[in-house]
Amino acid sequence: MYNRMVVSVQIALDHDRIFGALGDATRRDIVRRAIDGEEGVSELAAHYPMSFAAVQKHVAILERAGLVSKHRSGRRKVVRTNPQGLRVARRLLDRYEKLWRERVERMSQLIDDSPKEVDR
Amino acid sequence: MTVTAVRKDPQSRTMTLEAEFEASLERVWQLWADPRQLERWWGPPTYPATVDAHDLRPGGRVEYYMTGPEGDQHRGFWEVDEVEPPHRLVFRDGFANEDRTPNTELPMTTARVTIEEMGGGKTRMSIESEFPTVEAMEQLTAMGMEEGLTQAVGQIDAILAEVPVARRL
Repeated sequence: MYNRMVVSVQIALDHDRIFGALGDATRRDIVRRAIDGEEGVSELAAHYPMSFAAVQKHVAILERAGLVSKHRSGRRKVVRTNPQGLRVARRLLDRYEKLWRERVERMSQLIDDSPKEVDR
Repeated sequence: MTVTAVRKDPQSRTMTLEAEFEASLERVWQLWADPRQLERWWGPPTYPATVDAHDLRPGGRVEYYMTGPEGDQHRGFWEVDEVEPPHRLVFRDGFANEDRTPNTELPMTTARVTIEEMGGGKTRMSIESEFPTVEAMEQLTAMGMEEGLTQAVGQIDAILAEVPVARRL
């Protein structure tokens, strides 16, 4: 039980970081653009009405959350979306699925427990 | 296995779940239409729901609270959009403050429930949940995470409660 708690807390912290990172429209847009993994920070910065430094900061936050990473491409350094990080976001829909699966399970139980229907 | 299909689409922010029951159409409809039945499945065992308003008509509201292991209460409500007994129910599901006013900081999800007869005494139910925005999806699923944590804590409490020491709940 104790171990399970520790694992839960760890997952919660990871999720917090990912959500914090995805909680900003510019950062979500960077994640989208970086799927191709062809642009560096300065090219990315050209898409937004903000300074290079500001965009660099956003990229750093995404990097810390494991959503993007920097890769060498020839002489350049490009920002690339990390599919693993996105998978975590997807996993959250899975949690919602679990919530409803459990509800349906309880519905079934309820039907099983109720007196059998006669001549309906 | 009751749940027969689940489709998740992060693009349209929907999750569709299909289930089959060995019961009549009416019986499955009662799970939603009878507040006493609804409160037996809506909340998890550690957070049972109590439904204290249940007006299942277009424009009507269903109100409930869930009670946690610490006696903590969490209010929620539905805003009913469409009702066609015993086949269809559409509602928006939101969180409320203690005084029953909607908690506008938390997003609402739309649920579309369809119930249909399959023959052979079986009934199919499908529930489509739609998150209003990606942000909402993130916010709600993050809360689910918290709920998971709270449940883990609740399990510890349950074990402690079994230890033969005088303990008032």
